[in-house]
Amino acid sequence: MDISKFTSRKFLSVAGFILAILAFLAIFPLYGSNSEVGVGVIILMYVILTVSWVMFSGSTGYMSLAVAGFFGIGQYVAAFLYPRDPGPLLPLPAVIIAGGLASFVFALVVGLVTLRLKGMYFAIFTFGFAVFLGSIMQYYELQIRGRRGINVFPISNQTAFYILIVVVVLTLLTAYLIRRSRLGLAMQSIGENEDAAAHMGVNTTMVKVMTFAISAFFMGVVGAIMAPKWQSVDYSSAFLLLYSFMPVLMAIFGGMRELYGPVIGAVIFAYTERTLRLQFPYYYMLAFGIALILIIIYLPGGLTGLVPTLKDKLGGVIARLRKGGQ
Amino acid sequence: MSSETVVRVIVSGLLNGGVYALAAMGLTIQYGVARVLNLSHGEFIVVAAWLTWTFFTRLEINPLVSAAITAPFFLGIGFLIHRTVFTTLRKRAPSPAAFEGNSLLVAFGFLYVVQNIALLIWGGVPRAYYWLTGGVNILGVRFALNNVIALAVAVALGVAFFVFVNRSRLGKAIRAAVEDPATAGLMGININLVLPLVFGLGALMAGVAGVLLSMCYPISTFMGMNYTIIALVVVALGGLGSIPGGFIGGFILGIVGSIVGQLESTLTLSSFYALLMILLVARPKGLLGKS
Repeated sequence: MDISKFTSRKFLSVAGFILAILAFLAIFPLYGSNSEVGVGVIILMYVILTVSWVMFSGSTGYMSLAVAGFFGIGQYVAAFLYPRDPGPLLPLPAVIIAGGLASFVFALVVGLVTLRLKGMYFAIFTFGFAVFLGSIMQYYELQIRGRRGINVFPISNQTAFYILIVVVVLTLLTAYLIRRSRLGLAMQSIGENEDAAAHMGVNTTMVKVMTFAISAFFMGVVGAIMAPKWQSVDYSSAFLLLYSFMPVLMAIFGGMRELYGPVIGAVIFAYTERTLRLQFPYYYMLAFGIALILIIIYLPGGLTGLVPTLKDKLGGVIARLRKGGQ
Repeated sequence: MSSETVVRVIVSGLLNGGVYALAAMGLTIQYGVARVLNLSHGEFIVVAAWLTWTFFTRLEINPLVSAAITAPFFLGIGFLIHRTVFTTLRKRAPSPAAFEGNSLLVAFGFLYVVQNIALLIWGGVPRAYYWLTGGVNILGVRFALNNVIALAVAVALGVAFFVFVNRSRLGKAIRAAVEDPATAGLMGININLVLPLVFGLGALMAGVAGVLLSMCYPISTFMGMNYTIIALVVVALGGLGSIPGGFIGGFILGIVGSIVGQLESTLTLSSFYALLMILLVARPKGLLGKS
C-alpha cells in the first residue's frame, strides 16, 4: 500500500476539515438550545435526502420525483413499528433499518416497472407515486382506521441529531464509493448516452434499478428517524410534494459536479427555510418559487459550478497583478 | 344499481369531464408544442376561478361574460411567461431533454408563486357563488343548469380549438411545431412566436376551465394540484401532445371519477393515479399516442 497517498498535504487538509466539522457537529447538541438543535435536525435531514437524490438522478439524468414517496414510506414504517400506543415493537435502530429496507423494496418494484419510461414519463410516474401513496394512506386512515394521523413514540431532538450525523456520514460515504466504482462510471455513461452504454456492455437495467433502490434506502432511513422526532405521522404531511422538489432544488443550487455541492445547497436552503418560513409563511413560499425559477435559469451549474469560473477569473486577475508587480 | 343511478353517474361524469378535457387540452399543447410540463397548470385554473368569483360577487358580472374577459387575459399572461422565462431557458439549455427537465422545475416554481399570490389575495378558505342552480331534466334525472352550461362551453371551445388547429394557417404552424420544432423553425415558422402563443393558448384553456369550475363547485386556493394531477392523468391517457387524446381522455376520466366517487369517494384521486400508473406501464405513449 502506498502510504504517501495518505500523508499528502491535500489529503491531510481534507481529512482535517472533515474531522473538524464532525467534532463541531458532535458537541453542537450539548451547547445549542433545543430549537437550534431542531434546526440542525432539519438541515441534516435535507442533506441526506439531497445527497441520496443526487446519487441516482445526478449522474443518470433520470429525474426522480419520488423522494416524498420513499421518505413517507420510512415514516409509516416507524409509525407501525415504533408507535406510541402499544409502545415500540422493535428497538429504534431496527426500526430505522426496516424503514430503509421497505423503501428499498418499493424502489426495486417501482424501478423494474418504470424501466421502459424515458425522460418526462419517468418524472410523471415518480411524481404520481408519492401522491398515490398519500391518497392510499388517506383512505387507510380516514376510512379503515377511523382517525387521522398515527402517534409515534417520541425521541428527543438530540437523539435524532446524533443518529442523523451517523446516517449523513454513511450516505456521503456510499455516494463517494459509488462515484469511484464501476457502478458510478456505468451510471455516468447512462446519463450521457444510454443506448451507447448498453452497446458497450453496461447492464443498464441492473445499474438503474440498483442505484435507484440504494438511494431510496437512505430516504426511507431518514423517514424512519424523522417520524419519532415529529412524534406523529399523517398522510398529508408524510408525502408532502415539497419533499420531492426540495432536494432537486438544493442539488441544483449547490451544484452536482462535486459531492459537497448538494451538501452546501441543502445546508443553505434548509437553514433559510427553517428561519424564514415560520415568520413569513406566504412570502417565504412565494420567494421560494421565485428563487427556484431564477436559480434554474441563471445558475444551472449551481454554486460549486461557479468555482472553476471564479478560479479562472481570479487566477487571471492575480496573474496580471503579479506581472504588473514585476 | 338502479338505472337512474347509472344515468346520474354517467351524465355527471360527462359534466365533470368537460372541465377535465379543457384542462387536459391546455396541458397537452403546452407540453406537446412548447415542451413545458406545466405543473402550475392547476394554479392558473384556481386564479381564473377566483377572478370569476370576485367579478360575480363584487361587480355582479355574469360568469360567461367574465370568461370572455379572463380568456384573453390568460392568453396574454401565458404568452408573456413563455416569452420571458421559458424562451430564455430554451436558449440556454444544452439539450432538449435538459430543457424539459428544467422547465418542469421552473413550472413547479410558478406553482408556488401563483398559489401564494392567490393565498395573499383570496385567503385559504373555500368559497362559492350560486348562479343558475335551477335543475334540468336529463333522461329522468335532474342536473343543475350551470353544470350543463359548463359542459356546453367546454365542448364548444374544444371543438373550436380543434378546428383552429386543423384548418387555419397558424394551426398548421402549431402542428408542424408539434412534429419537430427545430425543422419547423427551419421551414420559416417563427418558433419564438408560435411557442409562446401555444403556451398562452394552454393558459387560456386553464382560464376557461377555471371559470366553468367556479360555476359548479366551491373554490379553494389549494385545489390547483388536484386539477394538475387530473390533467396529467388525462394527458398520459391520451398521449402527451395529442389534442383529441386530451379531449376524449377528459371525458373518460370524468366517468371513471364519477363511478369511483359513487362507490368510495375518498379513493377517487388514488384511482386516477392507479389508472395513470397502469397506463404508463402498459402503453407508455398513451392510448392514442404514436409509438
